[in-house]
Amino acid sequence: MVRGFFIAAVVALAPFAAHAQEARHPHPEHWSFSGPFGTFDQGAVQRGFQVYKEVCAACHTMDHLTYRHLGEKGGPFVASGKWNAASGGWEEIHLGPPHHGGRFVPPTDNPFVRAIAESYEITEVDPTTGEEITRKGRSADRFVSPYSNPYQAKAVHGVAPPDLSVITKARHDGANYVHAILTGYTDAPEGEVAPGGATNLSYNSYFAGGWISMPPQLTPDRVTYSDGTAATPDQMARDVVTFLAWASEPKQIERKKTGMMVLIYLSILAGLLYAAYRQVWRDVKH
Amino acid sequence: MSGPSTYEPKTGIERWLDQRLPVLRMMHDSFVDYPTPRNLNYFWTFGAILMLCLVVQIVTGIVMAMHYTPSITEAFSSIQRLKRDVPFGWLIQNIHATGSSMFFLAVYIHMFRGLYYGSYKAPREVLWILGVVIYLLMMATAFLGYVLPWGQMSFWGATVITNFFSAIPVVGVPVKEWLMGGFAIDNPTLNRFFSLHYLLPFVIFGVVILHVWALHVTGQNNPDGIEVKDKSDTVAFTPYATIKDFFATAVFMIMFAAFVFYLPDALGHPDNYIPADPLKTPPHIVPEWYLLPFYAILRAIDFAIGPISAKLGGLILMVGAIAVLVVLPWLDTSKVRSMRYRPVARQFFLVFVLVCLALGWCGAQSPDKVVWQAGEFSIAGSYAAGAAGEQKLTATGNTLEEVEKTFGKQLAGAIASNGAGTLTKTVVTPFQFKVTQFSQLLTLYYFAFFLLILPILGLRETPGRVPETIAKAIGAKRAAATERGA
Repeated sequence: MVRGFFIAAVVALAPFAAHAQEARHPHPEHWSFSGPFGTFDQGAVQRGFQVYKEVCAACHTMDHLTYRHLGEKGGPFVASGKWNAASGGWEEIHLGPPHHGGRFVPPTDNPFVRAIAESYEITEVDPTTGEEITRKGRSADRFVSPYSNPYQAKAVHGVAPPDLSVITKARHDGANYVHAILTGYTDAPEGEVAPGGATNLSYNSYFAGGWISMPPQLTPDRVTYSDGTAATPDQMARDVVTFLAWASEPKQIERKKTGMMVLIYLSILAGLLYAAYRQVWRDVKH
Repeated sequence: MSGPSTYEPKTGIERWLDQRLPVLRMMHDSFVDYPTPRNLNYFWTFGAILMLCLVVQIVTGIVMAMHYTPSITEAFSSIQRLKRDVPFGWLIQNIHATGSSMFFLAVYIHMFRGLYYGSYKAPREVLWILGVVIYLLMMATAFLGYVLPWGQMSFWGATVITNFFSAIPVVGVPVKEWLMGGFAIDNPTLNRFFSLHYLLPFVIFGVVILHVWALHVTGQNNPDGIEVKDKSDTVAFTPYATIKDFFATAVFMIMFAAFVFYLPDALGHPDNYIPADPLKTPPHIVPEWYLLPFYAILRAIDFAIGPISAKLGGLILMVGAIAVLVVLPWLDTSKVRSMRYRPVARQFFLVFVLVCLALGWCGAQSPDKVVWQAGEFSIAGSYAAGAAGEQKLTATGNTLEEVEKTFGKQLAGAIASNGAGTLTKTVVTPFQFKVTQFSQLLTLYYFAFFLLILPILGLRETPGRVPETIAKAIGAKRAAATERGA
């Protein structure tokens, strides 16, 4: 064995500092939306929205989403129904894409989306009086922020909780990472102390440095699912990750479906061009 | 190569136009009847592929500019709006972002092809230099474009790169502030970067026209590096080269589409989905993959040389890494053009390609990362505590942290059993070969390849026998193939 540089040091008794650990790699989970043919499990996205609404939204913003996005094609609350031209209204509206007859209901007419939007209060300035008013939310409104201004987030929590609009894209291995964080809280290993002895941090080995500002959230039965699914921490984490993955890129199913057609088209085109190439060059030595 | 024009106007309108602006004649002579060496391989289809890339970037870019807002508060969300609310906005944005990577992939293959087959040699020096100019403009455009989404990597990448300008003596700091439009990366920076990002592609387009013009004056080089002698060496551009280019472009588009539709984020950094925050530095600031080799060269110099600071040294080398390409036609002394007939040069070329890839790897790593370590860390200590006398403590491990942890436990045990005392310890650090040293070695080869190997090799090597004509080269190749087959 080659010994390189020798550094000799004489020290008096010195405490050995606790070293920040490398974050653990998240466990690869199976997701309904992963892979080239993956699609969103509609029930999981809806339940995930509930978890977001009842748990995450208390501290996290989702600035880039509007309520109408929820009712767009591929969205968690997409609805279909029958258009009655005579009355100029929709009939037999139900949740889900229009598989068996019926038509896609535009998000502006979607009653499920409207109900969600109307459950929020929006504070704004009345342009005629200049007074601050509150009104019910509308489908076109952006997801309401829990803060009245961007500084409040940091002031309240010490660290501003990250916006969740594109969270599964903003972290390496996003879906698995978020799932691992949500379910990865443990007691700190022997001798591990939070930086500066802080008491408002929780230990999570999937988080870089090990100490995270967000306390554990998904305790059993934190939410009550209306479809009877048991609200275990893992179930809630999977559901909310599915919702966040949808929110990060609502067009991803459309993307993959279009891609399949494009690849088939290009492959046939390339095949034809190759045949043409052989034909053109058949008598040329090269 | 541009012989007498063979264009014959067929209709009255064409004749009328030909006497006033012979644009159809130019198109005919450049893309239809243009004589093309018949021995070109698929590496020669990348010109057409690059043309496609440029057009795709310009078209998607113009559409994106209709939806983008160059403001530090709006930029990030305007891209999100494009991807979420604009019909097919997600597709346009994916194509543009992935397209930059495809553009660079194609340009690197195109450049390595030029290096291998000696396409830079007389009479194609100007053609080659125009290519280097295009490449330089591409790097600038890509860097500017990466800043526009105003994510964390946008912001910090811009900070790191503009900072390097401050290393230039005397004018450095004013130049940096002029680039940034202030004392830090801020709204003025974003505005001017957007303006320039929109401008430069059209400058590239202009230089591409010159590049193609120069190509049509000298004619294409070919894998055998033999000048075209007569008509038996060539085929007409259309249909021969056209159909081959179409086929190769279609295959390239399949790969392009695979990334656009199935791996749109694979070539980007997740941090760029976090809005820029000037108060929060990401742990690793890295540029896009296609700039990594130059980033590695930039960071390779971690020592000052006399009055030249480490920062300036890195900057000089990075600029030099591209500048050396400009003078390459005069550095390579070999009379033989194609490395097909230069067996020794071929080996050095292969190493050069590997060095460039390894530089790219280095650019993505933290400079302190240990590439190779000779042996283990160890701590040998002795602990003396009053009556108990001296106690030997030793620990070994792969990292200093690991060793200190083990040693700490032993020490804690000794303290617990013997009480307070004094510790004497020796830390043995093994020789570590880090990314910075690896980059230095690779950078050395990068420059040696151009400044030493190519000039000396051209004078000293014994090249293989070069066929007199392209027709003979094809004949020899086919004979060899038949022999192998039999």
